Amino acid sequence: MPSDHTLKLAAIGTLAGIFSGLFGVGGGTVIVPLLIFWLGYGERLATGTSLGAIVLIGALGAVAQGGLYGNVHLATGLLLAIPAVLGVLAGTAIQQRIPQRAVSLLFAALLVGVAVELIVK
Amino acid sequence: MEGGLAVDELLAALLAVAGGLAGGLVGVGGGVLFVPALTVFLGLSQVEGESTSLLIIVVVATVGAARQRAYGNLQPRDALVIGVLSPLGVLIGVVIANTVPERVLELSFAALVLFVAYGLVRRAWRPPAGAGRRPRSPK
Repeated sequence: MPSDHTLKLAAIGTLAGIFSGLFGVGGGTVIVPLLIFWLGYGERLATGTSLGAIVLIGALGAVAQGGLYGNVHLATGLLLAIPAVLGVLAGTAIQQRIPQRAVSLLFAALLVGVAVELIVK
Repeated sequence: MEGGLAVDELLAALLAVAGGLAGGLVGVGGGVLFVPALTVFLGLSQVEGESTSLLIIVVVATVGAARQRAYGNLQPRDALVIGVLSPLGVLIGVVIANTVPERVLELSFAALVLFVAYGLVRRAWRPPAGAGRRPRSPK
């Protein structure tokens, strides 16, 4: 029988998938708050773990879309990945240097944006 | 657009940086920024944009996760469990989507999301525990 901790993680993964499938907003938006409030993770651990999960979620999603055959613009994607990677390197470096509560506020702002987009749609 | 100012490309690149920043700062995928960068500024169709965005997300999240692991902010086993269960969730989500009216779902989710945002703001502003000294959280 998996540990209580593992079961909670499994529930979080399932919920992330549900919301992702329903709204296209899944992944981190669901994972981070659940890790913080349900598992008691600090902001950095929650967002770091979420990013790790997203690697797998994204890869599985790509496989599910038939290996992305024909729909992926490989050159464009890889080119755009360059500034994106610069962004994530900066983002993680900044996150290490700002108070964890600032991360909570940033995330709250992101969530408000998500809510507004859902309502206004 | 040879010889042009490549404004579209520049804007796409800026959105991509922002998407990566979001990933590093708050642990989201960034797709909400990558897709418009691809479709609006680089001329991809919606389907092409979403697929290509997935590719970018995997690359960005991999680099970001590696950094976070180095910082001690990632427990790979946790990420694995979460990731592996997500396809099950997607299947369930499809069933729900075919059962519950879309607007009901959207508004319920919006309400939930605002509630969580409120909780996070409260958390950021909570008074220090104990003797009034701000506690140093381990991570």
